[in-house]
Amino acid sequence: MHALTAGLSLKAEHYQEALVCPAPGLWFEVHAENYMVAGGPRLAWLEAIRAAHPLSLHGVSLSLAGADRPDPTTLAGLAALVGRIEPTLVSEHLAWSRHGPNYLPDLLPFPRSAEALVTICAHVAQVQDALGRTIALENPSHYLAIAGHEWSEIEFLAEIARRTGCGLLLDINNVHVSARNTGLSAEGYVDAFPADRVVEVHLAGHRADPVHGERLLIDSHDAPVAAPVWALFERFVERAGTRPTLIERDAELPPFAELLAERDQAHERLAAVVAAS
Amino acid sequence: MPPSSTLADFQRAFAAALLGEATSPAAQALAMQPGFAVYRNTVLCGCIDALAANYPTVATLVGAEWFEAAAGRFARAHLPRDGSLAVYGKGFAEFLEALEPESGLAYLGGVARLDRAWTEAHVAADAPVLTAASLAAMSPARLLDATLVPHPATRWASSPELPIFTIWRRHREQAPLDAELEWHGEGGLLTRPGAVVVWRALDAGAATFLDECARGRPFGVAVERAFPAGPEAGIATWLPALVAAGAFTRQEGPSP
Repeated sequence: MHALTAGLSLKAEHYQEALVCPAPGLWFEVHAENYMVAGGPRLAWLEAIRAAHPLSLHGVSLSLAGADRPDPTTLAGLAALVGRIEPTLVSEHLAWSRHGPNYLPDLLPFPRSAEALVTICAHVAQVQDALGRTIALENPSHYLAIAGHEWSEIEFLAEIARRTGCGLLLDINNVHVSARNTGLSAEGYVDAFPADRVVEVHLAGHRADPVHGERLLIDSHDAPVAAPVWALFERFVERAGTRPTLIERDAELPPFAELLAERDQAHERLAAVVAAS
Repeated sequence: MPPSSTLADFQRAFAAALLGEATSPAAQALAMQPGFAVYRNTVLCGCIDALAANYPTVATLVGAEWFEAAAGRFARAHLPRDGSLAVYGKGFAEFLEALEPESGLAYLGGVARLDRAWTEAHVAADAPVLTAASLAAMSPARLLDATLVPHPATRWASSPELPIFTIWRRHREQAPLDAELEWHGEGGLLTRPGAVVVWRALDAGAATFLDECARGRPFGVAVERAFPAGPEAGIATWLPALVAAGAFTRQEGPSP
């Protein structure tokens, strides 16, 4: 079995409890950009956590699906952090977030065209070369019908993985949210996802849009993982076996013990699969 | 990127629609969908949340509603340039100063400069601290020609007329806010001699001295220029205090 079972996204409020937590299989994930700083206590905390637990760096701003090449300063900052922290996993998104000189703090969609495929593969290769390791690419949440797709998202991700050797990060909450928002089958998506490329799974909470209600779900990361997302997770694990699985929580942060209990639920599910095999 | 890139065209139209300039038919078609507001909100909230995290005293002083409106205006005019939002908001103090007719708070810009000082000090590079002992080991003649180099985490901000440091520190230290304020100029010094950022009052002479040190002026010149600025306390008081606070990382030149 993987040494890593279920992990937690780590926030500054929980450093002390996270540092000493003895839960088996526990690991942590942080947004890389929050630690791309010159020095100070933030980096010192992260190094202390890394000395005690496996750590994953999750990037949000490389803009791999942007028409422009990844920002050299951001890439150099990530490479320096990877060198310093030696994370267990490094991941990014199938999305863009830069336009000209500006950073737009979101994970934005694009038409999955032949041109986009070539561009993204070049960017992934450039990042992997700079880091000296492979990264995992995450399926984003969708809120729009976009014209001009030439590939399904699954085929597109599988092709990027085939061409660049990168891994994939299956975010099951994003699958649920996107399926609801764009009228696809979440079960069909999870069943067709290339499991042999998946190196990490994300689980998170979402919220109904305040105006449009359940017809528009928002990937808000501010609530516990919802029942349909747990069911999709079960479905994936039954087919594909266990993967390091993260409970993502970025807002409305509950006490550490509450997050850990949610993590334990995923941990027990993964441990049961291993015991049964 | 080829000029005919459809990916670049799509992203140009999408970014324009995000910022409320959906002029092309493609951008208008995107912006009409209910889900487009999710992206608009996420981008704007991401900027506003980062500003609130980096300027917490300002956010407390003006309240959530005013802060969100002001931060939103700032963000639209000055989008982040860097994926790391830890120091997003350079120029927010000057932006708030220009908004004084609306805020009615003359000290808001000065308080914002102290928030900025804390944010920058917190993430600045690690470096050794110049100790009083190593300074004392220098002969007076050598000291006059040496330059004291500010530590990478040392920041300071002053106002000639307003008690910005007292207002700022009362919020940071959660001290009673209703105590009487003395309305005169003040400065604050922020340093990171150990694991955390610490602060202390900075008089005008010491602030001028630090300005001169940061410009690379030798100790003797910096002291001379500091004297007219701050007659209220002599160098014998504030120099040991600056060194004890860890304001400097090392001295440079002259050769022994």
